[in-house]
Amino acid sequence: MARLDVTQIRALIVRHKRWDIIFGVVGIVCLAIGLMTFATLFVDMLLDGYTRLKPDFFTSFPSRRAGEAGILSAWVGTTLVMIVTAAVAVPLGVAAGIYLEEYAPSNWMTDIIEINISNLAGVPSIVYGLLALGLFVYQFGLGQSIATAGLTLALLILPVVIVATREAIRAIPSAIREAAYALGATRWQVVQGHILPYSMGGILTGVIIGMARAIGETAPIITIGALTFIAFLPPSPVTTELPFLSFEWLKSPFTVMPIQIFNWTSRPDPAFHANAAAAGFILVFMTLAMNGLAIWLRYRIRRNIKW
Amino acid sequence: MSGSDVAILDPAMPPSQSRLAYRPSRHIKEKVIEAMLLLAAMVSVFTTLGIVYILLSESVDFFRHVPLIDFLTDTQWTPLFDDAHFGIMVLMSGTLTSSAVALLVAIPLGTIIALYLSEFANSRVREIVKPLLELLSGVPTIVYGYFALMFVTPLLQKLIPELPGFNLLSAGIVMGIMIVPTVSSIAEDAMRAVPMNLREGSYAMGATRLQTALKVVVPASFSGIMAAYILGISRAVGETMILAVAAGMQPNLTWNPLEPAATITAYIVQVALGDLPHGSVGYQTIFAAGLTLMLITLIFNILGYWLRRKYREQY
Repeated sequence: MARLDVTQIRALIVRHKRWDIIFGVVGIVCLAIGLMTFATLFVDMLLDGYTRLKPDFFTSFPSRRAGEAGILSAWVGTTLVMIVTAAVAVPLGVAAGIYLEEYAPSNWMTDIIEINISNLAGVPSIVYGLLALGLFVYQFGLGQSIATAGLTLALLILPVVIVATREAIRAIPSAIREAAYALGATRWQVVQGHILPYSMGGILTGVIIGMARAIGETAPIITIGALTFIAFLPPSPVTTELPFLSFEWLKSPFTVMPIQIFNWTSRPDPAFHANAAAAGFILVFMTLAMNGLAIWLRYRIRRNIKW
Repeated sequence: MSGSDVAILDPAMPPSQSRLAYRPSRHIKEKVIEAMLLLAAMVSVFTTLGIVYILLSESVDFFRHVPLIDFLTDTQWTPLFDDAHFGIMVLMSGTLTSSAVALLVAIPLGTIIALYLSEFANSRVREIVKPLLELLSGVPTIVYGYFALMFVTPLLQKLIPELPGFNLLSAGIVMGIMIVPTVSSIAEDAMRAVPMNLREGSYAMGATRLQTALKVVVPASFSGIMAAYILGISRAVGETMILAVAAGMQPNLTWNPLEPAATITAYIVQVALGDLPHGSVGYQTIFAAGLTLMLITLIFNILGYWLRRKYREQY
């Protein structure tokens, strides 16, 4: 009887271990589905679009003939919009992060700000487009300009920058703050001399991830009414006359890479689909490079800093 | 040597002139900086207020033209026709059907990946796979839209020959794949936060890995897993470009994922692509649609908050 029990228990163990192995295999298969989809997407874009990936694709304007169309206005537009986005989102996000970590008293107002930020991160991006349409385009009279798009995307990625800043600041041990305060430093001196420099790497990582997200955002920019066919460049920011800098480009109509891809994808003529694939490949490559850089930076920071 | 550097060392100097004296300028500067930082932090609050204000004020105008009861019960959505109908159910059906397809893909895949990475995989695999999954979530949605229309739909048409070129199924599947990293990374964080001694207790009783994972780790991290699902749902409901590209923009009251249908978000894109005059009823519809979208995400968020509180485990 006792011997029978042992064999039964052994059979039970074998059966349970078999389930372990089965689940392990299922897990790997699920991972493979996710990663293979991604690889397929990347290869599919490349195969569909590689005939168009030539230098003149980058230097031509969109055209009615698919073979002559290029992404000049799109990548210039994307670059300019990203400059505005970074110029707004980085100072605001970092300042907000510093406030919440170093200054904020624990009261209801701080709670409201914190709840707000986590809620904003869950708001669909197209709603930011509606906000921009109602507020920036019509109430502020900024029109369908680079400035509007840059501000919209800045608001969109603000939570990303704030959260990254807070995490980077939180990783700094409080002994460093206490040492500085003990020497009579004011709050701002502590922030300027210690908190900011030590959290720079983490903030940079967050900014890059935020920008990678902004670069691919389509919905909010379509919603503000950006034109899809732009065959000219915004006015140059550098001029020959004093003061050599011009901000006319902020008010210029524009197009960006995702909108150009959307435009080409929604045309029935398959020749344009090759253009969409080529531009899509470039866009994926750009976001991958940015995200990869951020991941690498984070890895390096983690390895190098030992408090 | 009249600098303040030596003043502190000079006992003859009265304290009011020493370096330690109260200097108002220093405090004013601190206060100004603090106020500026607070202002930056308040931008997020202003953004929320702005969203609420814009959506409500334009929607109020809209509901002056269209009774709320028609908006909720009408079965047609033809706001730009002469015979205008404003039945939001038509767009809602597209949004909910495509989200359901996406979640049928994202929740099983995301949960299994999270369990595998947290309980089964060794740290080397985890270190390699997690960044790769992060990259997956960084792909622009318009690119996923292209992929759904040009790759997944033709593939599905080989299995289901009568599938139209625009359909909710392929958009939903691709959307699900896009959401997998979001779900898996948050669920995995929650599972990893389960204290080790709970697992050790389970192993000590002779449980296998799978038994420990399903009967100890999942219940203990249930509130975090729910949070992951809720975020996945909000992403699916708010997703725009995949649907605008691959699901068509034709309003269609259907719960069948094999049909084309416009979603709330795709409708907003469609209107924004045309040029409707500012202030017209057609222009206001997109704000009413946006308000509906916000309310749907809000309902799911409240549900998630409630579930999290109900099932929260404290260690």
